[in-house]
Amino acid sequence: MPHCKIPELVCPAGSLPALKAAVDNGADTVYFGYRNDTNARNFAGLNFDRKAMVEGVAYAHARGRHVLLAINTFPQPGREADWHAAIDGAADLGADAVILADVGLLDYARSRHPGLRLHLSVQGSATSYEAVNFACREFGVRRAVLPRVLTLAQVERVIRNTLAEIEVFCFGSLCVMNEGRCWLSSYATGESPNTLGACSPARFVKWEKKPGRMDTRLNGILIDRYDDREPAGYPTLCKGRFEVNGATYYALEEPVSLNALELLPEIARIGVAAVKIEGRQRSPAYVAQATRTWRAALDALGEGPEGFTVRPAWRAELGKLAEGAQVTLGAYDRPWR
Amino acid sequence: MADGFCKAFTIPGFALPSLVARVGARLPQWPHAVALAAGFNAVVRMGLLPGENLALLENRSFLIDVLDTGCRAAFTFRDGRFRPLFSVPDAPDLAFRANLSAFLQIAARQEDPDTLFFKRALSVEGDTELGLVVKNMLDAVEWPRFPGMAAPPLIRR
Repeated sequence: MPHCKIPELVCPAGSLPALKAAVDNGADTVYFGYRNDTNARNFAGLNFDRKAMVEGVAYAHARGRHVLLAINTFPQPGREADWHAAIDGAADLGADAVILADVGLLDYARSRHPGLRLHLSVQGSATSYEAVNFACREFGVRRAVLPRVLTLAQVERVIRNTLAEIEVFCFGSLCVMNEGRCWLSSYATGESPNTLGACSPARFVKWEKKPGRMDTRLNGILIDRYDDREPAGYPTLCKGRFEVNGATYYALEEPVSLNALELLPEIARIGVAAVKIEGRQRSPAYVAQATRTWRAALDALGEGPEGFTVRPAWRAELGKLAEGAQVTLGAYDRPWR
Repeated sequence: MADGFCKAFTIPGFALPSLVARVGARLPQWPHAVALAAGFNAVVRMGLLPGENLALLENRSFLIDVLDTGCRAAFTFRDGRFRPLFSVPDAPDLAFRANLSAFLQIAARQEDPDTLFFKRALSVEGDTELGLVVKNMLDAVEWPRFPGMAAPPLIRR
């Protein structure tokens, strides 16, 4: 049997119960963020205050798991100190690494906390080994999370040409796959993940129930219209149905979720160090279900990649959690280049 | 299910016969609101809901509408306490509508509210951000473990 290292399972937590659910269901590592705009899931009531963080880190470390702190937005002019304080806090807390996107913050962390392990966020948008190697060389980045725009062949090419560990998304909602460079939310609302830490913030969202249908609007813009039996999605501009040249369809992106389960043996073979589940904005129930399913799959892979098959129960469990209730292999398997 | 993958106990998705809703809707609705407000107040007294989030609920009106039982409960939050509303507002600040099974699945942390929402088994109307505050606040509650009670099936490995 060829040597096949089982990738680390990295799971999301938007609350302390979600963190515990991830740990209890087999996450190797949990990632979370502060309750402010230093992270890209800055939603009302979500995320960790200091007390919850301390307890969360202790809970994970006591069980031999790792914690990563996402500080993956870009400092706003004049407020750099808030982002610096977040990094100082992570070092204080004993986080196993921080996930950063901004080069200024990478530089700050590197010079101020040389012992703090650095991961390059997906928001950092490094799609080539040259970009990853630059981050390694200049800031001592140990791991890069690749944007969801690459095919597996391209991911393999990055891995073969870098010493950094490579982490890829394996499950969860997809965005327009232009991470770190997308301004669609800003176009519609004036706020975006890069600025205020949230795509399509909830205060701009309206669900309008009408007889037989539901309209969803983002800052007044009609994003989609569902009949009563149709699965719905969160109204982001990229996943809306629009009229283009007389036809109404998902003009930018289908509202589907990534599920790379069937590519798992290939992901492990090419040397991906970690697979990541998206969804810090989701509930502990989602975290438990997604984590448990991926743990089972990774454990099965550990018994030998030859015999690995995707079990129907896994497929059903993950399919149920998906936004739009449809799953895709995303860019990993696209035939076009 | 095979290999112990599935959890030991699950609340199935179900809808009660329509007769239940027809009868339920004719019953007085205020007892539901009183019971629900009392339950939430007990949770507040146990310190399980963070004060900074509770402040965001001040003077907002909420409606829980259990479609297949015909039961509705309206309440508000004022001066540190949940208070039943004895008449259901026409346009509450936030309304959750679902069948009983969906509410039970959420309460047991068996299903993610987003999953139910995407499947159209849960409807949320009104102030979306307020809805998110409520969802995230309930998600963050660390329910106490009572002696003799097993861990919730969901988080059993």
